[in-house]
Amino acid sequence: MPLLEDGRLRPDPFVTVTDEEPLPEGTPAIISLARLLRDAPAGRNAPLGVALAPEEDPRALVPFLGRLSLVAVRLPKHRDGRAFTQARALREALGFRGEVRATGHVLPDQYAFLLRCGVTVVELPEGADPAIWNAARQAHPVAYQAAVAGDAEPLGFLRRHVTA
Amino acid sequence: MDSLPAIPPHARTYRYDAVDKAFLQARIAEFRDQVQRRLDGTLTEDEFKPLRLMNGLYLQLHAYMLRVAIPYGVLNTRQLRQLAYIARRWDRGFGHFTTRQNIQFNWTKLADAPDMLAALAEVDMHAIQTSGNCVRNVTTDEFAGAAADEVVDPRPYAEILRQWSTLHPEFTYLPRKFKIAITGAPHDRVAAKLHDIGVIAKRNTEGEVGFEVWVGGGLGRTPIVGTKLFDFVPEADFLATMEATLRVYNALGQRENIYKARIKILVRDLGDEFRRLVERELAEMPEGRYRLPSEVVQAIAAHFAPPPFARLTDNPPALRQALEANRAFATWVKNCTHPHRAPGYVSVVISLKPIGGIPGDASADQMEAVADLADRFSFGEIRVSHVQNLVLPHVRQEDLPALFAALKPHGLATPNIGLVSDIISCPGMDYCALATARSIPVAQRISERFADLDAQLDIGTLHVNISGCINACGHHHVGHIGILGVDKRGEEVYQITLGGSATNDAAIGELIGPAFSYDGVVDAVETIIRTYVAHRAPGETFKDAYRRLGPAPFKEALYAAA
Repeated sequence: MPLLEDGRLRPDPFVTVTDEEPLPEGTPAIISLARLLRDAPAGRNAPLGVALAPEEDPRALVPFLGRLSLVAVRLPKHRDGRAFTQARALREALGFRGEVRATGHVLPDQYAFLLRCGVTVVELPEGADPAIWNAARQAHPVAYQAAVAGDAEPLGFLRRHVTA
Repeated sequence: MDSLPAIPPHARTYRYDAVDKAFLQARIAEFRDQVQRRLDGTLTEDEFKPLRLMNGLYLQLHAYMLRVAIPYGVLNTRQLRQLAYIARRWDRGFGHFTTRQNIQFNWTKLADAPDMLAALAEVDMHAIQTSGNCVRNVTTDEFAGAAADEVVDPRPYAEILRQWSTLHPEFTYLPRKFKIAITGAPHDRVAAKLHDIGVIAKRNTEGEVGFEVWVGGGLGRTPIVGTKLFDFVPEADFLATMEATLRVYNALGQRENIYKARIKILVRDLGDEFRRLVERELAEMPEGRYRLPSEVVQAIAAHFAPPPFARLTDNPPALRQALEANRAFATWVKNCTHPHRAPGYVSVVISLKPIGGIPGDASADQMEAVADLADRFSFGEIRVSHVQNLVLPHVRQEDLPALFAALKPHGLATPNIGLVSDIISCPGMDYCALATARSIPVAQRISERFADLDAQLDIGTLHVNISGCINACGHHHVGHIGILGVDKRGEEVYQITLGGSATNDAAIGELIGPAFSYDGVVDAVETIIRTYVAHRAPGETFKDAYRRLGPAPFKEALYAAA
């Protein structure tokens, strides 16, 4: 599925690998947390990503952080906002600097909030129009509270403009 | 805009700047477009529902209802006059003040909603986050900045919470709605222990401000008195503590079952582990990012600087003479005023509970009358109380006779604050799509039964709370007498609980026995009150008498004959 990064579509170099399949050599792969904990894949040079389920605590990734290029967080329904807290924990508590990808049922109205919580890439449905996502992102270039990304200089007391 | 009266020079409300105003305008334009697409059929009701709810527009039994936020219950007279204008122009000439210090317009037409929001924006008001699984309007003490017993003025911190929670990127898709209340007085007038988060601002021996934080209280289907999370959070860590608490809730709160999704269930299930998780979040936060600087607090507090009080003394001769000459006036003063911290001043509660009326309703004419009186007598400030009344916070004691005389012709001088007819009631089946029974007519009949003021005064302090369904919007669990209307095989029946309290001694009322019919519930309330009067010790309130006596004599009186 297409990926949206910095307002533009780009292809996805990663393949998602189930817990039973062998890890492909030389190809970037996304595995589950359970598999990461079970196999702790070593001796691999290709980029490795982990897909967290909404109920999984990102802190479980701590021993593996240096080896991970990507962590995916998922919204099973757009109203299920656990991914926002997972993304923030990845950036703040864990200091993760790789790609944080939002997958699942994400709405354009959530794009700006995801970015402010530390998500960098959103997986879009096939055929989605990035213009709609960019318009929604810029609908309200105002933010009243600190976040982990997107804050320009403080405008007022508690108020900052989001860089858009 | 130019036609609107100016903001009274001394009214202490938070003033919007250009960025705030531009944000509201963009939001209204967006909603106007969404409403248009709904009206022309481009959007289905299913698609439109989350969009309208984000702007406070509910679909009720007979019409749309617009719930307007009144941040921490503080209004200036220009805002109240605009609410009156909206009530007259787009509703049926009424507004309904709620237990969360908001106002609802119950007869909104969909096509009018964007114009109503535009009219609100003219006076820096909106309906954002009055619905949905986000942080709702922050509530505070209706006597904030005025009460004699206040230790810390909670309004600057309430405003800081309002800004912090507005469009919060992480906490807009929580498991369920989230309600915060904050007070700065030792006497809890905000039901702090019955909120998702309740904050009691206080001072340490050095005079520094800190916050006692309670978490996991709530009513609804599973009423729970909250747990003290921290005894004294330093001011600088205030927002960080809110962030940490909400993060634990957002990550771990239940999402499958709507009735188990509030934070109270998580706190109850986790016990001490909840505090440990909050402390871990706090420890992991980057140094400084969520610190609340004292400069910010001071700058926000400047919006709430005290009005220019005159140097007066308590009990002026004009008041003393009027108290002696006019018993009705003396009764009103006794029941409808609250001690003020400035000598010679007092806070006045304006009852929206006339005998036989709808609790919390005010007509456009009444709103305008209150605005005029606030300009004349209270530095242009009005408060909405969580008991669904209005407050003029800063009135000269010597002006009380003139204020009383001016309130009377508008039906606003009912001297029943804290008495049996000062009833909290949800809208019930007269308006609400969730209700399973009527609640407003029950409130009206109880107040008619006890219409005689001398009888009410003899009964003394007594809080009657009525909910028309198990969701408990009328806070029946914490009424001294709580009434819950439910549907039993197509018939409305009313369960009664006794001994609840929403203040410092917060408690959930106990079910007294089998439910009563719609026709019988008022008789049951009268029987309970007669039993109290017969058993009370001199000067003992209903709540204290119930706690001493227990349910036995009340059960006996209610059910023994049958």
